[in-house]
Amino acid sequence: MAFAAFSGGSEKSEYKVPRKNSTKVALALLLPGMIYLALFFITPLVSLVATSLEVPDASGEIGRYQYGFEIGNYWYVIQTYWPHIARSFVYALAATILSLLISYPLAYFIGVRARKWPLIQKLALALVIAPFFISFLLRTFAWKQLFSNESWIVTTLQSLHILAPDQYLVGTDFMVIFGLTYNFIPFMTLPLYTALERLDLRLLEAGSDLYATPAKVFRKVTLPITMPGIISGTLMTFIPIAGDYINASRDFLGSSGTQMIGNVVETNFLRINDYPSASALSVLLMAAILGLVVFYVRRSGTEDLL
Amino acid sequence: MATDFVARGSDLDLVGIRKEFPGFTALDHLDLHIPAGEFFALLGPSGCGKTTTLRLVAGLEEPTTGKILIGGKDVTASKPHERPVNTVFQSYALFPHMSVLENVAFGLRQRKIEDPLKRAEEALALVQLGHLAQRRPQQLSGGQQQRVALARALVNRPSLLLLDEPLGALDLKLRREMQIELKAIQMEVGLTFLHVTHDQEEAMDMADTVAVMNKGHIEQMGAPEALYDRPHTVFVAKFLGQSNLFIGDVAETSANSLSIEVAGYKISVPKDRAEKHTGKIAIGVRPEKADLHQQKPAPSSSENLIGPGEVLDIRFTGVSNQFLVEIPNIGLVTVFEQNEGNSTVALGDQVYVSWKVDHSFGLADLPDSVEE
Repeated sequence: MAFAAFSGGSEKSEYKVPRKNSTKVALALLLPGMIYLALFFITPLVSLVATSLEVPDASGEIGRYQYGFEIGNYWYVIQTYWPHIARSFVYALAATILSLLISYPLAYFIGVRARKWPLIQKLALALVIAPFFISFLLRTFAWKQLFSNESWIVTTLQSLHILAPDQYLVGTDFMVIFGLTYNFIPFMTLPLYTALERLDLRLLEAGSDLYATPAKVFRKVTLPITMPGIISGTLMTFIPIAGDYINASRDFLGSSGTQMIGNVVETNFLRINDYPSASALSVLLMAAILGLVVFYVRRSGTEDLL
Repeated sequence: MATDFVARGSDLDLVGIRKEFPGFTALDHLDLHIPAGEFFALLGPSGCGKTTTLRLVAGLEEPTTGKILIGGKDVTASKPHERPVNTVFQSYALFPHMSVLENVAFGLRQRKIEDPLKRAEEALALVQLGHLAQRRPQQLSGGQQQRVALARALVNRPSLLLLDEPLGALDLKLRREMQIELKAIQMEVGLTFLHVTHDQEEAMDMADTVAVMNKGHIEQMGAPEALYDRPHTVFVAKFLGQSNLFIGDVAETSANSLSIEVAGYKISVPKDRAEKHTGKIAIGVRPEKADLHQQKPAPSSSENLIGPGEVLDIRFTGVSNQFLVEIPNIGLVTVFEQNEGNSTVALGDQVYVSWKVDHSFGLADLPDSVEE
């Protein structure tokens, strides 16, 4: 039946699409995706929300909980962990802004300036992606080594009196934000590159022809036209950074003073077996990010991205 | 403020311009003077340097050597945003993130001119697009976008308006309409227009002066009628309309005319219509100036006569019949006859071709295929 469209020449051009059939085909094609979503997204989500409302088991045994409807779990985690929640968003904001400031000129160079030299363009793009070939954990650990208390970087900074003799880098806010920025820069650079690579340079010429200085052309033409890239780049960095737990972890670049929500969730789930608190924090994080994203996208006028 | 808000056009002078790109020279020894208020067309095939010339004037390229003066002021070192010049780009280059109205107001806002939106609305009304002011450029048709681009440039009242093949993307009918509209707007606002095109009809139709460009220099410049009537070079004779060319050594010179001999025929040209008076020269005639004869006409000193030859092809274009005649030892000659409904010439007929000596023109050079 479906091959009828291919079998004939022009005399078959009145071939009608069998609507009922095609709907069935479409549904059949959608089914694997739907099953996947139901199994691996909806089910865990429901389970997570359910867990976040559980209460301790009557036996009082550690790590055993039973179904309840304890909204109080949420109040508890907000009261207990609000500094971690706030810290997560401050870190994420700082690292996102830093990534944007570093990535935009980089992406501009690769996507606009390097158009004349395709080889350099491809090489630079490969270099942006190259860090992915080495494990995320290894690279973060390497930074820890580089900035460790005995490293030449720290001793030099100390001898220059930029750091006090008893001041170190690992475990500070600076170090965690540095690590987050470093690890997520490619996620910012690539969407920015995509937007800048498509930028019609004739529009910039038109801007300067219409009396705009180079700075004005950037502000009035380049920036607004590449805004979709900026939005998707910031979302692709901010969201995973807010939930990151590697960089801020004591084992990597952080200390007890730099714990983010991710670390708290990890501790609650895996170390002290407080599943409801961990779940409540996860749900809160998800809701907060979702709310922020919707607000952000609305404000920036790029609803098409949602 | 970088520029004054002028209401009249300015002169443009290009002095000794040379522009080199890596690997080739786009322009060489280019000198040009365009008087204020003129509609000037740069006409040439692609790659002849006409767009480069325009970009030099706009400041989007820098000349390797030479000077650019607008209204007598040297702007060679000025940046594009400092020049009192606006461009209608071939691609229109409308800002996709702004409404049509904001596009038009862009230049006014940059120069902090009062009431930018009101002036922009007036400019849109001039190009009859007032009702589409709030649309995005992408929502308009090609012709409408073209008019927005024109309004966006015109609203600034530049000393000089540059048009880079602005009608190239439009279909034939719309192009003709826009040509008339553009000419009317130019007369109304009185600005200097520098129009770049490869369409010879467009250039002749609209411009006061046409400069024909070839390989980075100006071949010939003048009023469209003069250029058509008396081309100076083979390139102009072939690019601007069609020409029949006859090549031979000058055999006879009288007080007012000279003649060459080609395959036993004598072809004459008035001396004041010939660029070269000695040696091997090319004499041409426009196809519509030539006549066909089925009987050999009486020889006359004021007529050139060749033939007989065979009619190889007849094309009917409505307004005229176009005949292709092969004259032995000369080659193909094209003759246009107005369609007056009385043509009796048929394919394969033996015919004679004649034209007035006064309609001949003598060229300064020879076609590339002919050796000196």
